[in-house]
Amino acid sequence: MRSFVFIIYVVLTLSSAFAASPVVEDPVLEKRVMALAEELRCLVCQNQTLADSHAALAVDLKNRIRELLREGKTEREVLDFMVQRYGDFVLYRPPLRGATALLWAGPFILLALGVGGLILWLRRRQTPDAEGAS
Amino acid sequence: MNRRALLPLALFGVTAALLGVGLTLDPRELPSPLIGRSAPAFDLPALDAPQKRIAVGDFAGQVWILNVWASWCISCREEHAALTALARTGAAPVIGLNYKDERSQALAWLGRFGDPYALSLHDRDGRLGMDYGVYGVPETFIIDKKGVIRYKRVGILTPEIVRDRILPLVKELQRA
Repeated sequence: MRSFVFIIYVVLTLSSAFAASPVVEDPVLEKRVMALAEELRCLVCQNQTLADSHAALAVDLKNRIRELLREGKTEREVLDFMVQRYGDFVLYRPPLRGATALLWAGPFILLALGVGGLILWLRRRQTPDAEGAS
Repeated sequence: MNRRALLPLALFGVTAALLGVGLTLDPRELPSPLIGRSAPAFDLPALDAPQKRIAVGDFAGQVWILNVWASWCISCREEHAALTALARTGAAPVIGLNYKDERSQALAWLGRFGDPYALSLHDRDGRLGMDYGVYGVPETFIIDKKGVIRYKRVGILTPEIVRDRILPLVKELQRA
């Protein structure tokens, strides 16, 4: 009985081990594909990266990235390929240019306004006390 | 009235206005980098005659409309009437790009709902769709006589869009 359980155990672990390892011919290439997929937005499900998404288009695009890399394209060229077709929006880190300046500077402008406002408010609150003391 | 009390009201007003504008924008509508660029080249089989191949050069010298569709695309059924009406005006040939679809199912779809297209290209693996930056079928492009993409619409065509955007632009490009 014991050996029977053991055999079942071995068969189950082996089969799950086989099932868990997908056919990856080239782990280095796969790593590059996934690194790029992390940088790109899934167009269909806009708040996911290509890497996270299982939408049909995302799968196609990942396959295309793999193909382009296999053809010897660099990371930069793959990103350009995507931007040419889908625009800066596909990049999770959009380039700094005229149209995106507010996107990059906005948070800092808001922070500066907030800090400025706070300083002003604190100063004003202090003045009556100072006058009262003098 | 205290001036200070107006501040939250003003902030509310500004926030409400910004959110209001945000509601009118469609986040799915992305500016296409393809506008003003040459239509990506293709050489694809015709949907109804696989042995016949159609190239982008076949449309040189004329204004044409490219409509991306598929039999699995529910919204394509929704825009079908408006698209058919557009094709019937004869303003410009409407070319279909059958995207990631089975030939038999695509042909059955056309048989069932009617075929508004002068012809359809069969992009079985979606590779040409990728070159055209397709991400939400249906999509519609207008290409001018020099082969430059002048307009792109993601999502269904409505009679209003056909009347207010597509037809005026096609007429203008025809004159050029």
